[in-house]
Amino acid sequence: MFVGLDMGGTHTDAVLIAGGQVKRHCKTPTDPEDFLRTVTRTLDAVLEGVEGGQVERLNLSTTVCTNAIVTGRTSPIGLLLEPGPGLNPAALTCGQKNFILSGSIDHRGRPTSPLVKEEIKAADRELRQAGIRHLAIVGKFSPRNPEHELAIKDTLSPGYQFITTGHHLSGRLNFPRRVFTACLNSAVAATFSAFAGAIKTYTTARQWPFTPHVLKADGGTLSLEASLSLPVETILSGPSASIMGALALAPTTRDAIILDIGGTTTDIAFLADGVPLYEPRGINLAGYPTLVWALFSYSLGLGGDSCLRVKDGHLVIGPDRQGPALALGGPAATPTDALITMGRLDLGDKALASQGLTQLGSRLGMTAHELAHAILQQMAAAIVARVETLLAAINSQPVYTVREVLEGRQLRPRQVIAIGAPAPLLAPELEAVFGLPVLVPPLAGVANAIGAALSQPTTELTLLADTQQGFLTVPEEGLRERVPSGFSLDRARHRALELLQARLRRLAPAAAGAELEVVEEQSFNMVSGFYTTGKNIRVKVQVKPRVVPLDRQDAQGEAEGNV
Amino acid sequence: MYKAACRLGLVFFPAFDWAIDPTHPEREERLLYTQDQVLEEGILDIEGIREYRARRAAVQDVERVHICVPEVGARVTESHLIAAGGAIVAAEAVLKGEVDKAFAIVRPPGHHAMRIVHGARGFCNINMEAIMLEYIRRHYGPKRIAIVDTDCHHGDGSQDIYWHDKDSLYISLHQDGRTLYPGTGFLNEFGGPNAFGYNLNLPLPPETGEEGFLSALEHFILPVLADFKPDLVINSAGQDNHYTDPITNMRFSAQGYARLNDRLQPDIAVLEGGYSIEGALPYVNVGIILALAGVDYSGIREPDYSPEKVAQSQRVSDYIARLCDETYQAWEQRDTLRAEYIRGKKEISRRRRIYYDTEGLMETQEETTLICDHCGGLSWIDSRTDRGQHILAILIPRDACPRCQEEGHALFERSRTTDYPDGIYLQERVEDTLLKK
Ligand SMILES: [Zn+2]
Ligand SMILES: [Zn+2]
Ligand SMILES: [Zn+2]
Repeated sequence: MFVGLDMGGTHTDAVLIAGGQVKRHCKTPTDPEDFLRTVTRTLDAVLEGVEGGQVERLNLSTTVCTNAIVTGRTSPIGLLLEPGPGLNPAALTCGQKNFILSGSIDHRGRPTSPLVKEEIKAADRELRQAGIRHLAIVGKFSPRNPEHELAIKDTLSPGYQFITTGHHLSGRLNFPRRVFTACLNSAVAATFSAFAGAIKTYTTARQWPFTPHVLKADGGTLSLEASLSLPVETILSGPSASIMGALALAPTTRDAIILDIGGTTTDIAFLADGVPLYEPRGINLAGYPTLVWALFSYSLGLGGDSCLRVKDGHLVIGPDRQGPALALGGPAATPTDALITMGRLDLGDKALASQGLTQLGSRLGMTAHELAHAILQQMAAAIVARVETLLAAINSQPVYTVREVLEGRQLRPRQVIAIGAPAPLLAPELEAVFGLPVLVPPLAGVANAIGAALSQPTTELTLLADTQQGFLTVPEEGLRERVPSGFSLDRARHRALELLQARLRRLAPAAAGAELEVVEEQSFNMVSGFYTTGKNIRVKVQVKPRVVPLDRQDAQGEAEGNV
Repeated sequence: MYKAACRLGLVFFPAFDWAIDPTHPEREERLLYTQDQVLEEGILDIEGIREYRARRAAVQDVERVHICVPEVGARVTESHLIAAGGAIVAAEAVLKGEVDKAFAIVRPPGHHAMRIVHGARGFCNINMEAIMLEYIRRHYGPKRIAIVDTDCHHGDGSQDIYWHDKDSLYISLHQDGRTLYPGTGFLNEFGGPNAFGYNLNLPLPPETGEEGFLSALEHFILPVLADFKPDLVINSAGQDNHYTDPITNMRFSAQGYARLNDRLQPDIAVLEGGYSIEGALPYVNVGIILALAGVDYSGIREPDYSPEKVAQSQRVSDYIARLCDETYQAWEQRDTLRAEYIRGKKEISRRRRIYYDTEGLMETQEETTLICDHCGGLSWIDSRTDRGQHILAILIPRDACPRCQEEGHALFERSRTTDYPDGIYLQERVEDTLLKK
């Protein structure tokens, strides 16, 4: 049996899946004061009467780290930067204490000026005096050569609680993002570690023989142990849980739009030939651009609980949520009240809902019923308008080869997959405005938890070989090894996949058989004075993110029995 | 986080799958380290900097500028069309008001490509800036445009294309043609009879340093631009004046290129040459981007930079000061000089030999231009190559007066293909067509 749990800002969903069927699902309110209790209470509910030995997998998607950031309950950070020449590093000093160190590495990973030990020692003394125990060490071009970051770490006194080195986070180039990612990683480490410890206690008490996994923003999972060093990857996993859930419920091989319509927001994602799109540079977390690899997801402030207002004679929906619907005792009218008024949803006190809509409608010269229709149409129109803007941006993303310019692959969605509780009720309006079939799979309301349950471990690696210098570097592993001058793209690919396999076996032993794929590969001849002096080879490999589709017929039967 | 004071559009097209040949300076690797530097500095995350996707220019966009023999398809590759299209995308972003400035980091370059194209010259087949500018004029109306060419080589192609065009002021700073390809670019190349003085060359001596380039900018280029009052300033941003460039002898730096662009404030910059792909391009390109976007560039420098590497001798300083004075005086007297030049003439002819270094082909041109006070004047070029090709090119300028236009058509009618076995071309810029018989 697989258990998946997705903790959102308002609700926490859990599902129990066995034999390709959702056996049980439940939704509980999230208690922002006690996340751990929210998790254990929800797990207890979904597992009631189930014998511990039957559970084979527990995947969690949580907001503990997000919440720690939002409420300012993160650890103070000491930031050691090695920016070298370039943009002014003053803009990046996001730590409580920041040190700009001497030393530099160039784009090919060659040290171009040395570290100064005394500077590092002085920083060390100041950090210890200030009682700062969480550090981030980030150098420009460290993924090309991690030796300076490692040397800085080695020069510090022992006893710091948590240190993030930039090269460990990602092989992608982007110094400012690396700085912010490293700081966030260290800042939430303590929160995450406390949460992970509590989960471990919970599972150990039940004598579950497996390691729980945590969801990441890329639609994959990581074992609880492995995520302790990379908590930043777990920060925004909610949207990817939903996307993976949509894929499990409605697998497709076409270009498609995924809408996750929730209480406060509608999250928009895209599939190209059935495969989710990624954020090209990494996601924004807590207002900072990061290197965290993530499925593309745009959050629009429009949902079932969005606050309705009349402003300058026009209806305005959201972007804020004031509380639940009027029908449920909330403070303001919402689209949910519109659905209740129209009779599409039987929930709470219908009289309260239509009263609120009548009041609002009188200011617009509409009856409650007319207004209810107008609300849903306006909501659908706003979603479609945003989808079109996003598609235009995606379809004009730059490409760097003649081949890609000429191919000009464009994303042209042929269908919409809508999930989230209000999705089935909004489908007619969406279908009308999109002019595309809108598929609302059964169990759309708990797609996020299903996605969590069915996601599989993922990880990625970057291999850079410079045969002129005779090195290959794998920054995520902190690895630098010699290569012979005849080292080729073929051999680089082979080595990258081999290292990825080993990394996966270490991070998620149960998933060792997963399918690996090459995401990017390039090989450039390096020339000096009209002679080829070597090859500059770049290979990026990853574990292919995937979900096992549910058995659709059974899911249908279950849905009818439960909803 | 960083914020641009000036909205900047970037078109980056490194053509990672195209080379002239595997070890040629114009090869796949050329912009690899520039891309690394741009990515690592997080340039694309700077608020106000927006990256655009390059597109392919149309054959008609090329024919507006060039007469390719026998036709466009025979003289260009897809990569040339995309580089030209990339420059057009950059310019359009500015003209549509989406950004304040734009920089097209595209390859291959184009400033050695002339009006007639029999092959490749100095790594160039078609002229990216000219194709871009004529596209702008066609779609966004007439413009006074100044091209400031800061490539180390004289942009003889751009000079040729705008030779008869008073609305396109071409200014080139370059290493003296007596010491470097293509061997042209002197003060006496002052423009055609109807645009005399609108082609300004400043041949700088070898070993010119940071100070020399910046003083040429202050004491020559900026004053000329203040007189000319262009609607648009274009920088042909070649980067081979860098002290590490393997094929030139100058002593300019990334910091210098950034300062130059900061002072010049071009509306659009287009990459030209520059073959120190590791030691210069990554830093120069980042410097130019920051200067155009109005972001602090004071920290940009090459890892091996030292003031001695960019210093120049007193002799060089004195020479440049004299050169600037002399050239500026000529510019101020351009109307008087023109009157002397055309006195009593109805038409003016010139005969030139043009070498295509890639093919090893020699072209001989005989060009005649009608003297005209109302337009750039009708020109026709009798062009032969040492491979036996022989064509006639008739060029009716964009601003042609009725007489020059009519005479151009009449000449096309009357010329016989028996005299020009490889074709008679009529580039009709008023009607925006290219005819061939
Ligand atoms: Zn020049
Ligand atoms: Zn050049
Ligand atoms: Zn005329």
